[in-house]
Amino acid sequence: MAKKLMKGCEAIGEAAIQAGCRLFFGYPITPQNEIPEYLSLRLPQVGGTFVQAESEVAAINMLYGASGAGCRVFTSSSSPGISLMAEGLSYIAGAELPVVVVNIMRGGPGLGGILPSQSDYFQATKGGGHGDYRLLVLAPSTVQEAADLTMEAFDLADHYRNPVMIVADGLIGQMMEPVEFRVGTSPEDLPEKPWATTGAQGRQPNIINSLFLAPTALEAHNWKLYAKYQEMKKHIKYELYNADGGCQILVVAYGSVARITRTAIDILAEKGIKVGLFRPITLFPYPADALLQAIEQTEQVFVTELSTGQMLEDVKAIVGERRPVSFYGRVGGMVMGAEELAEQIEKQVTGAAGPQGS
Amino acid sequence: MYNEVIMAGFGGQGVLLIGKLLAYAGMKQGKQVTWMPAYGPEMRGGTCNCTVVLSDKPVGSPLSQRPHGLIVLNLPSLDKFESAVRPGGTIVVNTTLINRLPQRTDINVVPVAANDIAIEAGTAKAANMVALGAFLGATGLVSVEQIKGVLAEVFASRPKLIPLNEVALTRGFEVGQAEAAASAAR
Repeated sequence: MAKKLMKGCEAIGEAAIQAGCRLFFGYPITPQNEIPEYLSLRLPQVGGTFVQAESEVAAINMLYGASGAGCRVFTSSSSPGISLMAEGLSYIAGAELPVVVVNIMRGGPGLGGILPSQSDYFQATKGGGHGDYRLLVLAPSTVQEAADLTMEAFDLADHYRNPVMIVADGLIGQMMEPVEFRVGTSPEDLPEKPWATTGAQGRQPNIINSLFLAPTALEAHNWKLYAKYQEMKKHIKYELYNADGGCQILVVAYGSVARITRTAIDILAEKGIKVGLFRPITLFPYPADALLQAIEQTEQVFVTELSTGQMLEDVKAIVGERRPVSFYGRVGGMVMGAEELAEQIEKQVTGAAGPQGS
Repeated sequence: MYNEVIMAGFGGQGVLLIGKLLAYAGMKQGKQVTWMPAYGPEMRGGTCNCTVVLSDKPVGSPLSQRPHGLIVLNLPSLDKFESAVRPGGTIVVNTTLINRLPQRTDINVVPVAANDIAIEAGTAKAANMVALGAFLGATGLVSVEQIKGVLAEVFASRPKLIPLNEVALTRGFEVGQAEAAASAAR
């Protein structure tokens, strides 16, 4: 396919179709409405089904049912809508079903605002709903990567029989960039799911459930899930920028903020300040080993994100006392400019800053 | 090559469209591009703007605090963005609707009566094309032929709009070129 100029949201929608997904259930919310809008047009064209549910709670339970029946299925929402889906996600994780959920994050708490935010990091990476479960979390930084990771998310969800969440924000969702889709899959070519409830004629019935009343059985189930989350480390992804040969300060940032950081790094390079970027692409499991390796070649670590310091907690836990960790965050839908961020980083390098939030 | 351009005006003046044309044409010329609309609540009834970044290497921030280029179709947009433009940058000012010129002296100013010229070309709706043409005439950021090629694709379903928009683009381009030549001579 040739390169097309597409909005991030539209690219995510098209990627889901290319991944062989033919079902979307969702409920409108800004700033991700271009995903359902796009799919409401495209899914009927490819024999799929688009349902605008009566609520997010209904939508996520439609995903539960469709996934249990062995179908690739997908929803997207934004922060408050994801909160409404949290109960369903817990059930889906408990029942070990593959679904893909996109969260185009907006400022919170509560209804908050509609502008870019990364304040659902805790919700995405630490569970979000009740019970001892995790989502595999992916954070694209470009429209191309949003498309690629969406396609990959369906394979990962099937592989681990676990929900996969893609987190981005309105910057990635609303922005247009060139995108090229890799060769897609049709639903008929997807691997069989022998565990699915497709009708038990001629075989033992399959049961999909998250109820384990016997504590021994639930404990075994919890440890089985835990082992699966450990195994997900095989699929950890991250990217380094300008970090070859060491740097004075290593910035840790993901998603939209990582690309603003790249521009800040280029601005500081002109001033002779060598700044590196460590960009986690999987937020869960977090690329902890890679980060530990990366900090070997820097004097200090600088975390920047669109929250008051959520990923910061993970970075601090990983880095410990090995390097000083400073922080710069913008919230409420305010996004740091590249020059603004460059100034903050420079202050840390020259020792002129009182660190924010620590 | 690295260039940030902001386009701003009232909602309905077509600033998002000329941004898309610029980004699309840049992509066709082999540049890395981003197009970022301001999607906040300010879109309703107020000013509307988008940022296009063109670069030889992957684009970092799709937002701009210090644009190299600015196209303003109304006064609130000039008031808002004038001070942000980098020294040496270019501002295209729609003088039909803006009754003042930028106060700064460290930038290139391209005044163009975009609505008047568009009306002469057939419709005031093409004022955005005149302004984009003027910007390209003054900066040469992408070729006007490339924009015309993209225009034909974007308006494929409404081909009768293409000639009119091409004329508007060309008229604007001529104004931009003349202004650039005049300021080089000064």
